[in-house]
Amino acid sequence: MKSAVVQLPGLNRDRDMIAALTKISGKAPITVWQTETSIPDDVDLIVIPGGFSYGDYLRCGAIAARMPVMQAIKEKAEKGVKVLGVCNGFQILVEAGMLPGALMMNASLKFVCKEVKLEVVNAETEFTRAYDKGQIIRCPVAHHEGNYFVDAETLKSINGNGQVVFRYADGTNPNGAIDDIAGVVNARGNVLGMMPHPENLIEAAHGGTDGRGIFASALDVIAA
Amino acid sequence: MTVTLKNGVLDPQGKAIEGALGSLGFEGVHQARQGKVFDLELDTADRAKAETDLKAMCDKLLANTVIENYTIAID
Repeated sequence: MKSAVVQLPGLNRDRDMIAALTKISGKAPITVWQTETSIPDDVDLIVIPGGFSYGDYLRCGAIAARMPVMQAIKEKAEKGVKVLGVCNGFQILVEAGMLPGALMMNASLKFVCKEVKLEVVNAETEFTRAYDKGQIIRCPVAHHEGNYFVDAETLKSINGNGQVVFRYADGTNPNGAIDDIAGVVNARGNVLGMMPHPENLIEAAHGGTDGRGIFASALDVIAA
Repeated sequence: MTVTLKNGVLDPQGKAIEGALGSLGFEGVHQARQGKVFDLELDTADRAKAETDLKAMCDKLLANTVIENYTIAID
């Protein structure tokens, strides 16, 4: 299982993501720069980390979503390669049209940096097999534009298709996201976007390991 | 081009602005919406082409049509 971490100007969570992938799979990911037009064929998981790509100019993720590397990622996703976008990575995936909806400014108008609780709504995706359906996990969030929005019709369809993977639980919705949605997959189930940062809760030094399951699932290293 | 959030999409900044206007004594202000304005100069003198191009720019980059509407004015 080989992974790749995308790097763009302004993304700043790439090192945390590289550390998480390395620790969990035992193998360092390759890095892919924004101008690259292809991704090696042996990569099974592409991760777009968090940060503030292009200074969040225009809209969060809008400019990054139109860089050459995104075309290469789209082509890989169409072939079934797994793609995970966290925080700004999620914003980039919705701006690229790879996931439904949009991420708007937090209802509080404030940047939130805290721990929330997430319900694993769908434990049958390639990213959540390590969890049980309905399991509540802890996860840190840090964002200003995490207020997920979809129109009523799309909301119905993503709920019906099992595309809502994570919901903020126990009243911890930090941003006003519609239906408490914290993470969604595409219809095929191989592209996941989520606002919380599972890479920051993977070892005892972080104060917990609840985020580990996402990487263990996606990297196929679930302990028996 | 003017880009604003669609009706039905919560605009927390608009709400805050509406509240601030109220606290300044401006009564009867409703539905405040904050948006963006893009001013561009184009080389072409062909109005129809300019309109087509500007519309494409809005659809492809300047507006996120999941949540935003846009209007175009040329002069």
